[in-house]
Amino acid sequence: MSKSIAGPEIERLIQLLGKLPGLGPRSARRAALTLVKRKEALLAPLARACTEVNEKVGVCTVCGNVDTVDPCSICRDPRRDDSTIVVVEDVSDLWALERAGAMAARYHVLGGVMSPLDGIGPDDLNIRSLIERCRSGRVGEVILAVNATVEGQTTAHYITGEIAGLRADGIDVTVTRLAHGVPVGGELDYLDDGTLAAALKARTRF
Amino acid sequence: MTRPARDRAIEGTSRERAIEGTSRERAIEEISRERAIEEISHERVLESSLGERDAAEVLRAPGPDAFGRAPGVPARVAVTGLKLADFRNYAALSLELDERHVVLAGDNGAGKTNLIEAVSLLSPGRGLRRATLDEMARTGAGGTFAVAAVLDGPDGAVRIGTGVTEPDAAAGERSRRVRIDGAAQKSAEAMLDHIRVLWLTPASDGLFTGPAAERRRFLDRLVLALDPAHGTRVAAFERAMRGRNRLIEEGMRDPGWLDAIEAQMAELGSAIAAARVEAVACLAGLIAATREDHGAFPHAELALEGEIEALAAASGPAGAVEDRYRAILAGARERDRAAGRTLDGPHRADLRVLHGPKQMPAELSSTGEQKALLLGLVLAHARLVGATVGRAPLLLLDEVAAHLDGRRRAALFDVLDSLGGQCWLTGTDAAVFAPLGARAQVFEVAAGRVLPGAGPAR
Repeated sequence: MSKSIAGPEIERLIQLLGKLPGLGPRSARRAALTLVKRKEALLAPLARACTEVNEKVGVCTVCGNVDTVDPCSICRDPRRDDSTIVVVEDVSDLWALERAGAMAARYHVLGGVMSPLDGIGPDDLNIRSLIERCRSGRVGEVILAVNATVEGQTTAHYITGEIAGLRADGIDVTVTRLAHGVPVGGELDYLDDGTLAAALKARTRF
Repeated sequence: MTRPARDRAIEGTSRERAIEGTSRERAIEEISRERAIEEISHERVLESSLGERDAAEVLRAPGPDAFGRAPGVPARVAVTGLKLADFRNYAALSLELDERHVVLAGDNGAGKTNLIEAVSLLSPGRGLRRATLDEMARTGAGGTFAVAAVLDGPDGAVRIGTGVTEPDAAAGERSRRVRIDGAAQKSAEAMLDHIRVLWLTPASDGLFTGPAAERRRFLDRLVLALDPAHGTRVAAFERAMRGRNRLIEEGMRDPGWLDAIEAQMAELGSAIAAARVEAVACLAGLIAATREDHGAFPHAELALEGEIEALAAASGPAGAVEDRYRAILAGARERDRAAGRTLDGPHRADLRVLHGPKQMPAELSSTGEQKALLLGLVLAHARLVGATVGRAPLLLLDEVAAHLDGRRRAALFDVLDSLGGQCWLTGTDAAVFAPLGARAQVFEVAAGRVLPGAGPAR
């Protein structure tokens, strides 16, 4: 479509950068130019960092997180509570929860949500491994931190059903989900009806 | 199930105010994060105390409110400026309007419907022709178009812009962008905070005789005007249902997965049914209360048909409908597999309409009677939206007036005035609209050009 301006190597770099989220062809061009201009300060260290990550990165066989060690640093961390697992759709959600730093728990990354229309079923996600972790007997609570979309909620329902099925084997795990309601620092007057109703329903003792 | 209309009106306006508040707050934040928080919250306090006083006055005082409006009359929202770029047969158009009704007269094919189609894009969805974005773009314009309107309403002047801006995107990836006062909006539903648009076109003439899907769409548009969340729910339900259909078709290997999807369908489906039952009850109540007001149009009697809707209409404990629907779905998997689709649910509902004075099903009435019945229904809907939302909807009537006799036409024009909103009317002959006199501004439409017509000056 667009005529190439630079040599094939730089064009290739621009093409690859353009595949990154948030970067269009124009911003990829700008990024590539910055890299080329600041060869020593940016381009070389970036290339080395990429090589290094590429050699070491992998998916944690326990929780599905990405890290350079397996099991990942979160799964290895001895200070974390083994009895609580927070279930998230994607690594980005795990990072968001870790940023908040509200809980020293273990995680389980599903790698997506169930969607029959996209051909993604429970076997395409890390659901079996979650059930196996529950079966180990060390888990007391599973916190479902999935998105409030149809697919997210369907997945949450499914996992709840599977965990309830463990009760037949004498394994009792409490399943909870994140509260829906008033955001921190929010004002009631500005909330939509659905959120307000959910917040009232899920009220807590003061 | 139905609460008094007055309660509803208050609820509607306060909800509206809350939504306005949020978008306004967002806009302020975007313009300048530096601005003192104190200043904003002070403004907000002033705003909310004023708002409460208005509501109280409207309810208690029998006389006109602080703005000289009669109690219960919804605020007028009018399009006072319209600009089109590359929309249908309009390469570029700029129209200056006042808040009176708008009459568009011109020959067939001149572009009258195109113009009101552009106005219909001031509501979420695909406009009054349900056209694709590609169809709306002028041939040769590379798939982009823009509609910009200036609204004059209770919030003062508001600019709404909508259209397709990315010329390079593949046909399937193009989406309609919405800007309000220059700020990009995440969803087209943001427009509902400022304006509601309703329409009636000759394409609806077969509504009563046609397939139930058309009436369901009509019904959902009716619900949507009262409950902005309805559209999202219907879309989510349909997605979940398509998922269930796919699982059933593939042999239902995982019953747990079906359970999970059916739980979602039950939750969404029961909410959809409840919203429909409530909207139909409201509209039926309003028609019953106002039916002598405009005797030129026969009143309609409405009945909602559908299994889940019937459950929702019967009073019962909360959650009972959801549980029942879930059980129905779980029990019907084998049958649905044989049928190749889900046979129970709100996607099978129908709106049955009865010609009130004759007690005859609408579909058996004469063509003329059906038209009058439908028009009466749309007018009642407009009145209900005005009462609920607190601002009169913009009404687009395409080729409607010409088919009425003189008495009904005069009655229509009077009803339009009583609704309190701006109305856009099209017709081939400007003379038909003469009884509107100075209540309307007349334009002649010819080959993509719009010129002030021979109507009486203000």
